[in-house]
Amino acid sequence: MMSVRYLPLWITAALLCLMFGIGGWQFDGFASLIVVSNLFSDNAFLLIVALGMTLVIISGGIDLSVGAVIALSGVAASLLISQYQWHPLLAFALILPVAALFGALMGVLIHVYKLQPFIVTLAGMFLARGLATTLSEESVAIDHSFYDAIAEFGFVLPGGGWVGASTMIFIVLLLLVIVLMHYSRFGTYVYALGGNSQSAELMGVPVARTTIAIYVLSSVLAALAGIVFTFYTFSGYALAGVGMELDAIAAVVIGGTLLTGGSGFVIGTVLGVLLMGVIQTYIIFDGSLSSWWTKIVIGLLLFGFILLQKLLSRRTALTTAARSTAHG
Amino acid sequence: MKQTQSCTDSLQQARLARYSPGSIKASARYLWPLAALMLLLAVNLVLDASFFQLSFQDGRLYGSLIDILNRSAPVALLAIGMSLVIATGGIDLSVGAVMAIAGAVCANLLLQTALPLALVIAAGLATGIAAGLINGTLVSYLKIQPIVATLLLMVAGRGVAQLINQGQIVTFQRPDFAWLGTGSWLGLPLPIWLVIGMFALSQLLLRRTALGLFIEAVGCNATASRYLGINDKAIKLFVYAFAGFCAALAGMISAADIQGSDANNAGLWLELDAILAVVIGGAALSGGRFSLLLSVIGVLIIQSLSTTIIVSGLPAKFNLLIKALVVLLVLLLQSDKFRRQLSSWLPKLRKWRKGGQI
Repeated sequence: MMSVRYLPLWITAALLCLMFGIGGWQFDGFASLIVVSNLFSDNAFLLIVALGMTLVIISGGIDLSVGAVIALSGVAASLLISQYQWHPLLAFALILPVAALFGALMGVLIHVYKLQPFIVTLAGMFLARGLATTLSEESVAIDHSFYDAIAEFGFVLPGGGWVGASTMIFIVLLLLVIVLMHYSRFGTYVYALGGNSQSAELMGVPVARTTIAIYVLSSVLAALAGIVFTFYTFSGYALAGVGMELDAIAAVVIGGTLLTGGSGFVIGTVLGVLLMGVIQTYIIFDGSLSSWWTKIVIGLLLFGFILLQKLLSRRTALTTAARSTAHG
Repeated sequence: MKQTQSCTDSLQQARLARYSPGSIKASARYLWPLAALMLLLAVNLVLDASFFQLSFQDGRLYGSLIDILNRSAPVALLAIGMSLVIATGGIDLSVGAVMAIAGAVCANLLLQTALPLALVIAAGLATGIAAGLINGTLVSYLKIQPIVATLLLMVAGRGVAQLINQGQIVTFQRPDFAWLGTGSWLGLPLPIWLVIGMFALSQLLLRRTALGLFIEAVGCNATASRYLGINDKAIKLFVYAFAGFCAALAGMISAADIQGSDANNAGLWLELDAILAVVIGGAALSGGRFSLLLSVIGVLIIQSLSTTIIVSGLPAKFNLLIKALVVLLVLLLQSDKFRRQLSSWLPKLRKWRKGGQI
C-alpha cells in the first residue's frame, strides 16, 4: 500500500506534470528544457529560502524574517563590493557569519525566553529591513569582474536550456539539506521537535541546540538566497524580497509539509516552488490573463492542500484509534 | 542611585502583584504600557517644546497629538478586532488584504453606481464581515490553524482586490465618502471619532454582556469551555467576523483619505502593526485575555514612536530599525525569565555601584 504520508507529495508532483502538460499542449515551446531550466534559475533564490523555511516549519516554528534577510544581505554585499571595493567572496565570508548570528539571536529569544517564533521573527523582519534601509535607501548596483564571471559560468543543456551558477548552488544546497534532514541525527531531532517538543525533550533531544541551529540555518540560507539574488539582479536593494516569506511558506505548504510541524519532505517544497513557478510561466505565456490571477490561484491551491492535509490527518487519526481499540 | 532604587521598588511591586489577586495585578498590567507611552510623549516634549500645543482652525483642532491620534486610526481599528481574535488564541493575517478589498468595493460602487452613501458603506462593511466569516469558518469548523487559514486570504485577498479594480488604481470624486477620512466633527477628525465609537461599542458589547468572558474562556481552553456549554465554534466565528468588520472600516477610512483604492498598497503590512500593538499591550499570543484599551495604547505607542523619530530630526530611514529595537525590548520585558534575570541583576548592580562609591 502506498503510504498516506507520501500522498500530498504525489498530488503536487501530478499537478506539476498536469500544468506542464496543459501548457505544452496549448503553447509552442512551453514543454521545453529552456522553460524548465528557467524555472530553476528564475526561482533559485526562492528555492533556497524555501529550503530553510521547510526546516523551520517541520520543527513547528515559522520564520517571517527571511525576506528582509535577503534584502539585508543583498544590500550589504553590494555596498561592500561597490563602495568599499571588497572582493565578493570576502564580502560573502563576512555576511554569512553575521546572518548566522542573527538567526542564533532569534533562536535564543525563542528558546530561552519562551517567546513565540511568529512574533520574534516578525521583530527580526523589522530589524533586518530596518538595517537594510539604514545601510542604503537606494538600489546599489554591482560592477565587478567576479559577477561577470558568475553570470557566464554554466553549461548549455541539449535542448537549449542554461544551467547557471545559481541553479548549481541551489542543487548543492538541496542535496545538503536532504542529507541533513533525512539522513542525519539532526534531522531526526528537527522532526521530533515538531512532533511534540515536550516529548522530544524527555527523549533526550538537545532542544536548545536544535532550536538555535534551525534558525541559524534558516537565516544563513536566506542570506545565501540574497547573494544569489544579487547574481540575478546585479544590485542590492533594501526593498528586495518583500513578501517573499509568504511565497516560501506557501511553497512549503503546497509541498505537503504540515504547518503544525513534525511531518514533511524537503523535495516537496521544491515541487511546491516549481508548481508556483509553472503557474506564473503559464500566465506569462497566455498573455491575456492578468498577474493578479497568480495570487488567487496560489491562494486556492493553498486552500486545497490544507483541506487535503486535514482529511489525511483525520483519516490517520481514525485508523490509529481503530487499531488501538482493536488491540485493547 | 535613586533611579535604581525606584526601579527595584517597582519590580518588587510587580513581583508582589503577580502573586496577589485582584486589583493590584490589573493595575500593574496597565502600568507598563502607559508608562512607556508617557515616556515617549515626554521625550517628544523635550525635543519639541510646542509638542502638546493645540490650535483651533476652521472648526478643527490641529497639533501633533491630534496628528498621532488621526494617523493611528486605521491600525487602532484593526487592533480592536485583532485583540479579540488573539484572545481566542487565534491570529488574523488577512486584515490588511481585507482593507484593500473593502476599499476596492466601495471605490467601484462610488464610481460606477449612484447608490446612496449609506448603502456603499454597508456594502463595504458587509464585504469585511463576509471575509471574516470565511476566516472564521476555516478556523472553527474546518479546524485549520489560524495562521494558515488567514494566510489564504492574505495571499488571495490582494488578488481579489486587484481583480475588482481590474489592476488599476480606482479614484473617485465623492466629498460625502471622503468625509469619512478627511472630515471633522466637533473639532476632531472623523477617523478619531470612528475609533472612539467602535471602541465604546465593543467595550459595551464585550464587558456589559458575557461575551467578553466567553471569548477569554475559549482562549484559555476551548474544550473545557465547550463542556461548560459555551459554543466555542460560534465564538470563534464571531471574533473573525468582527475583525473583518473592523478591517473593512479601516479600509474605508484609508480609501476615503486618498479618495481612491490602491489594491497593492492599501493596508499593506498593517496586520503586522496591529498584531504588534496587541502584543505590546501585554496580550499573550496564546490567548486567554484581552484589553481593548491596552491594545489601543499599543497602537499609540507605535505611532508616537514614529512621530518621535521624525520630531527628533533623525532621518526617516532609522524608523524601522528603532521600531524593531523597541519591539524587541518590549517583548523581552514581557518574558518571565528575562524579568527574573533582570531582578537578580539589579541588586548586584546596586552593590557594585555602592562598592565603587566607597
